[in-house]
Amino acid sequence: MSALEKTLDNKSARRERPWKALGKGPRARFAAFREEKPHLFLLALMMLVPLFMINPTTWAVLTISGLAMGAMVFLMASGMTLTFGLMNVLNLAHGAFISLGAFAGATVLTVWLNGYSGDSSLLVNLVAILPALGFALAVAGLVGLLFERLVIKPVYGDHLKQILVTVGGSIILLELIQVIWGPNEIPVPRPDALRGAFIVSDAIPLIGGIALEKYRLIAVLLGLAVYGLMTWVIDRTRVGVLIRAGVEDREMVEVHGYRIRLLFLGVFVAGSALAGLGGAMWAMYREIITAHMGDELMISVIVVIILGGLGSIKGCFYGAILVGLINLYVGFLEPRLAAVATVGLMVGVLMWRPQGLIPVIKV
Amino acid sequence: MSDAILTLSGVSADIDQYHILHGVDLEVPAGELTVLLGRNGAGKSTTLRTIMGLTTVTAGEVRFRGEPITGQPTPRIARQGIAFVPESMGIFSMLTVRENMVLAAVSGRMDEQRLNWIFDLFPPIKKFWDRPAGNLSGGQKQMLAIARAVIEPRELLLVDEPTKGLAPAIINDLADAFEQLKSQNVSILLVEQNFNFSRRLGQSVAVMSDGKIVHRGSMADLADNEEQQHELLGLGLGEHQ
Repeated sequence: MSALEKTLDNKSARRERPWKALGKGPRARFAAFREEKPHLFLLALMMLVPLFMINPTTWAVLTISGLAMGAMVFLMASGMTLTFGLMNVLNLAHGAFISLGAFAGATVLTVWLNGYSGDSSLLVNLVAILPALGFALAVAGLVGLLFERLVIKPVYGDHLKQILVTVGGSIILLELIQVIWGPNEIPVPRPDALRGAFIVSDAIPLIGGIALEKYRLIAVLLGLAVYGLMTWVIDRTRVGVLIRAGVEDREMVEVHGYRIRLLFLGVFVAGSALAGLGGAMWAMYREIITAHMGDELMISVIVVIILGGLGSIKGCFYGAILVGLINLYVGFLEPRLAAVATVGLMVGVLMWRPQGLIPVIKV
Repeated sequence: MSDAILTLSGVSADIDQYHILHGVDLEVPAGELTVLLGRNGAGKSTTLRTIMGLTTVTAGEVRFRGEPITGQPTPRIARQGIAFVPESMGIFSMLTVRENMVLAAVSGRMDEQRLNWIFDLFPPIKKFWDRPAGNLSGGQKQMLAIARAVIEPRELLLVDEPTKGLAPAIINDLADAFEQLKSQNVSILLVEQNFNFSRRLGQSVAVMSDGKIVHRGSMADLADNEEQQHELLGLGLGEHQ
């Protein structure tokens, strides 16, 4: 690197990273960590502060539960952040796809393969669980395909119309769910092997002897797996490069010979399918579903994609985890404030970083 | 003059309620570098965008290799062998230089020999291969934009004001790169304001004014005729740098 390039590099680094002026001491390192890894900083803060107010055993249980809730919210929100980030489409019917996935999954578990989900063997349970999740993915994805063609396609580029038609589309989907599955709540008994808890060995300090619910651990693992898969696709594959390029400049993607509309369609279908998967997981978590469950979850979903940074998978993941944790911690300390805390977290993050934790697109 | 690879016949185009092109007639000879000159707002960039299908043609016809491409979607036009480097360069700043190149190689893989040729042509591409393209300087971004356009063999390059805002030394490097592309018989339609750059590279020239072609001929003839330059471009050669 030439001397001129080095000087320019240093100048631009100082302009973009003002904390460099603090030198190399611990204060500077802390400031750098806070500004360069805001998601990790906030996560650490979120997990450490409650430790001073809650005993470690309860804290561990709440943390696992928060991570599980965050993982399920991530499954539901990741599709919407992609849809919004890449396609600039405000799909307020996303909640309906969550409900649809829940009902599709519940049908497999409670009707078609009921016998398998009631068995005490995990392997036999999987015969019902995997098709249930797969069916939820497929139904939500397929309806997403039709929804994009019929409802979204005519209103690309117009947010006001998108809000109107997707709210209308959401109402139609919810009515259709009620026509097919009826207007009442449906119980979704969790498969037997996923009931109960693991007891942590007493040998482990602080958390020894606590019960960790099996289903929550599985939700965390599934959330991590989906996050890993999505990160791999976005960061390492050609499709991911196209998606990231499309977020930045759609016209130039077309100029290079790619049909961005086809990419949009694929992303919308994937986003809807993920919403369906999240819905099916949520159904087994809550063990009771209603047509409006998706709408109720939309507040958390919207908070997650805003605080994570629009269009960012990583931001969405950390945003979901933060929302899950704050819900559980505050819900334990002061239950009446749990919902307020979620929105308060979003407001606080936006005051600190108006573009969200890890923004991908400029707002 | 060789056969035309691109022909525009009476092409008109609108942007919103504004009529920008009013019956453009233009031929780009195969294997030559044609320069499209004109004052600001003459319609040069819109002409390139219209060829790429980014602006809707309201009248007339665009033909590429004799086949009509009017009204075709942009990706289909691009896949026929036309590359476009817009004035804004269109760099994906959040992607690395490598990812920008990967995306431009529509066939899915980059030919190693061609990539080495590009590295020789534009050394910064190799140097900053795994850096975010957004960190490149203006000149380096322009090199990347052109490198993307030629990562696969194209029959026609449309390049919009590649020298805009660049230092003279970098303009010189770009001119050398265009000379190399010319030697490979790539047809190029270059929109420029820098007359010296255009004069060095151009074989044929067209001048636009108010959305129409008002002059067509050889670049050598225009370069020798200061009176015509003044009449068509509004400035003498000495002033039009």
